[in-house]
Amino acid sequence: MELFNLGIRSIFIDNMVFAYFLGMCSFLAVSKKVSTALGLGAAVIFVLTVTVPVNWLLNEYVLKEGALSWISADLASIDLTFLRFIMFIAIIASMVQLVEMVVEKFAPALYGALGIFLPLIAVNCAILGGSLFMAQRDYTLAESAVYGFGSGTGFCLAIVALAAIREKLKYSHVPNGLKGLGITMLLTGLMGMAFMSFMGIDL
Amino acid sequence: MSAETIEKAIEKKPAEALLSKRRKKLVTDPLVDENPITIQVLGICSALAVTTQMKPTLVMAISVIFVVVMSNLVISIMRNTIPSRVRIIVQLAVVATLVTLVSEVLRAFAYDMYKELAVFVGLIITNCIVMGRLEAFALGNKPYDSVLDGFGSALGYSWIILTVAFFRELWGSGSVFGIPVFDYVSGIFGPDFKLATNGLMVSPVGAFIILGLIVWVQRTKTGYVEH
Repeated sequence: MELFNLGIRSIFIDNMVFAYFLGMCSFLAVSKKVSTALGLGAAVIFVLTVTVPVNWLLNEYVLKEGALSWISADLASIDLTFLRFIMFIAIIASMVQLVEMVVEKFAPALYGALGIFLPLIAVNCAILGGSLFMAQRDYTLAESAVYGFGSGTGFCLAIVALAAIREKLKYSHVPNGLKGLGITMLLTGLMGMAFMSFMGIDL
Repeated sequence: MSAETIEKAIEKKPAEALLSKRRKKLVTDPLVDENPITIQVLGICSALAVTTQMKPTLVMAISVIFVVVMSNLVISIMRNTIPSRVRIIVQLAVVATLVTLVSEVLRAFAYDMYKELAVFVGLIITNCIVMGRLEAFALGNKPYDSVLDGFGSALGYSWIILTVAFFRELWGSGSVFGIPVFDYVSGIFGPDFKLATNGLMVSPVGAFIILGLIVWVQRTKTGYVEH
């Protein structure tokens, strides 16, 4: 039940986009069409679900203070926390590469659909943010897997919803200066207000 | 061409002034016309998260200026030795090293700020401005030009986030840089006069709306229209 609550929390209440502004760049850039938004969303869910638990293992058994004590007791005093950024980003970049190769080999159709989005995900802040939040909040392995999946789903939900609104918006008359980024930011603000209503839910 | 004419051609080209017109443009263009946030739509991820207060925003701006300038310099120096297939990883490694530096310095000398910014310092790594400038400029230009270009872009980013932070802190908390402006104003007009703060400005929603309005104002002024 705890895990289920965490999942719900990470999708709706701690939404990557509306509560932490993570992944905004691709959120704004790739939300012009629902189909591409869905592709990016799916790729983000996938990569987050894989990288957060893997980074958890790395953090727990290599980077954390005293994490190396499983090798020998002498290493218990070593604290490699300062290597966190480099290691996390390296894991994410290589994971994305790996995922790309696996998908290309075993699911060519999906690979074609995701296209350029897969490699681009390596520099999506939502992915790195997921891992950093995981480390900051001291999740367990199961929790981090659920958190990764949940926050990915939250991002997917947000980007698909925005894309749907922007598709409709194409037929409206928007002031010149507000076209594109301006109206999208205001829209995101309004969507954020809607998502704020979830904050009252106590899980 | 004989060796002599080549020599002449080399001789004739005078060294570019330290702050020539072209170089000045590298710095000034990203401030308004090519602003990374409002025109190029880069680096919004971390821009909004820290802007509830002016102080952390200033720290963030300085950190980003440092990281962009230094990474532009390093990548520009290495540009001829990086194989293009692995360049993303090389760039990420350089940027991550610089960000680790920033984060460790903050932890040592400004621990409160470090706690407050938390993961957002780390997220400078994936700030699209950094990668964008490396890809678009540093990989193909000389070190000094790259430094100027990085400085300009980071400055363009900084003034936008500082503006957002100014309005969010003023309307959300009634203060500027921690100075309670609203209280002073209330003091002038007597005890019955109270300026109300708006809780929405402190929440993420405020950031989106303020930035949307800034973009609107800025684009109306420059006449830039997105299609």
